[in-house]
Amino acid sequence: MWKTLQKIGSIGVITEPAPESDDSLRVTERLQTEIRALLGRALCIRQVDAGSCNGCELEIHALNNPVYNIEGLGIKFVASPRHADLLLVTGPVARNMELALKRTYDATPDPKLVVAIGDCGCTGGIFGESYASAGRVANVIPVDVAVPGCPPHPNRILAGILTAIRAPRGD
Amino acid sequence: MLRALLAKSTELPGAPGAMRLAATPEDWHPLAGDIAATGARLLSLWTERAPATVHAAFLCDGALLVLDHELPYGEMSYPSLADLFPAAARMQRAAADLTGVAARDADSRPWLRHAAWPAHYRPLAPRTVEYPGDGTPPADDYPFVRVSGDGVHEIPVGPVHAGIIEPGHFRFSIVGEKVLKLEQRLGYVHKGIERLFARTKLDAGHRLAARVSGDSAVAFSWAYCQALEGIARADAPARAIWLRALALEAERIANHLGDLGALGNDAGFAFGLAQFSRLKEIWLRALDAVLGQRYLNDFVVPGGVARDAREELLPRLADCARGIAVEAAAIRAIYDEHAGVRDRFVEAGTVTPDLARRLGLIGLAGRASGQAFDLRVDLPCAPYAELAVAKAGHEEGDVAARVAVRFDELAESARLVREIVDRLPAGSTRVEVAEPSAGANGIGVVEGWRGPVMVALVAGAGGDVRRCHPHDPSWQNWPVLEHAIIGNIVPDFPLINKSFNLSYSGHDL
Repeated sequence: MWKTLQKIGSIGVITEPAPESDDSLRVTERLQTEIRALLGRALCIRQVDAGSCNGCELEIHALNNPVYNIEGLGIKFVASPRHADLLLVTGPVARNMELALKRTYDATPDPKLVVAIGDCGCTGGIFGESYASAGRVANVIPVDVAVPGCPPHPNRILAGILTAIRAPRGD
Repeated sequence: MLRALLAKSTELPGAPGAMRLAATPEDWHPLAGDIAATGARLLSLWTERAPATVHAAFLCDGALLVLDHELPYGEMSYPSLADLFPAAARMQRAAADLTGVAARDADSRPWLRHAAWPAHYRPLAPRTVEYPGDGTPPADDYPFVRVSGDGVHEIPVGPVHAGIIEPGHFRFSIVGEKVLKLEQRLGYVHKGIERLFARTKLDAGHRLAARVSGDSAVAFSWAYCQALEGIARADAPARAIWLRALALEAERIANHLGDLGALGNDAGFAFGLAQFSRLKEIWLRALDAVLGQRYLNDFVVPGGVARDAREELLPRLADCARGIAVEAAAIRAIYDEHAGVRDRFVEAGTVTPDLARRLGLIGLAGRASGQAFDLRVDLPCAPYAELAVAKAGHEEGDVAARVAVRFDELAESARLVREIVDRLPAGSTRVEVAEPSAGANGIGVVEGWRGPVMVALVAGAGGDVRRCHPHDPSWQNWPVLEHAIIGNIVPDFPLINKSFNLSYSGHDL
């Protein structure tokens, strides 16, 4: 126990400032005002891998580390879409996952936000559309914000999430 | 016996020690039986449609042997190898879904095909047009093996899981809290990678290979380049080969750091996740500074590497690796002394060495169950023959052993990073790769962090890929996880599953 406490004490707080929201990532402006009014500063995210190579998931994981410390911003990942305000979806959407993604979206209470992550989530990426891939996330469910990158840096993912819940600049 | 088989074989370009042997319809199964009798492991099994052919790759003592069996004209089935190598069963089912070339007397349930395309559609058959899809595919009714009896009930889990994880379905049959049987259903993230490869240029295939499984990007892109350079008779410069090894060990360190934190967390010790995720972030930033990417998915390219390391920062990378190894050793002592963590780790999800051998458990999980095989030691490609890698090995086969293998390998990879930085040869980092002749066959194998990854490549005309089959060790290890969970309680499944940390994307393709 002493070693554990010593380690915690010696590291201290290493969290870095959060990035700004970025309006260039915005895809649509639907119901945003209503959601922002409801959410205040707390946000629950359900992550859905709809067919990614798992690269984006590695960087989404990083948001929980002490450096990006997403929970320090009042944002947390939850285990069920029924508890979620925002779906963080990686793609491309595999056709074998299409129904599961739609059901997850339907299970998320209204009003809700969707952020598509990664080149594949934004456009279908290297996998495109085929017998097995339905392509970008927006082909299957409505998307509010899309964050490109292969995989995107954790700060860009965080900026995407913050963009979804914050008012557009000059609003 | 192995020597007699190898004497009949011809060299296969690419991986060191790779040989191929043509089998007739009569001796396909007996030859595989001879290979099994030498104690060889099945590495991969895949098929082609035109002409109908089945290939099986085996990791033997000091050799990689590929058995090719071209079926008689008009024939579309071959004798199953699942009786000799249980791991063949799912590979045969997947191959049948993709090409229609199927195993006889075997489990014939579809594996990668759910309800998104019809049974008659074979994505890898020649001249097959793209199936356009027809709205959202319906749910399909997969015939799970049912367990019946007093008090037995089922828990279905997935495909969407509760954490930040890839999708797949687990069907638990349980009594009380104890698991009687687990049956997996995978294929949810099937993206059509093999069909896409056949529409990709040879000089661009490494990008797709790197995205087979994002956590093994270096391993897959290196295996692809090894196969391509083998058939194109190109030799990547020494500096590039050493930089590839640096990248591969960097990938191993990043994944082991991630897993060691997550395993602590799954045992209820959040301190472990906080510390290891911090170390992982430090490591990724160092990689970004020195090699230009946090995750090196576009680093290994045909003929070498995409860019040189920043020479002036290399000593800092070595120092960073040393620092991480020191901190990890200190946290290992904390894990080892923590009663709660030990209680969850020890004797959870045990795979005995005997079971591991019979089921063909491979890679990191295999090394925790007495299967001491590591390509970097047993079939080393350059520069590993010069690096004298210390192979990790434990016999207990439980979560604690899989954690111990990760700690051992993390320390060894940190040492390798320092040695590679010290000995990195000077010179260029890339050569031109000439276009190989159509029909040329090659193979690449690399010990990724999870185990041996393989890429089998056939060149087409005009710089096209004719056929490319990537193989992740998760294929072998997923079925063993079904055995590891038997008799454990349901709440231990996430921990046991994480201790294997198998790939869904690398498996579903």
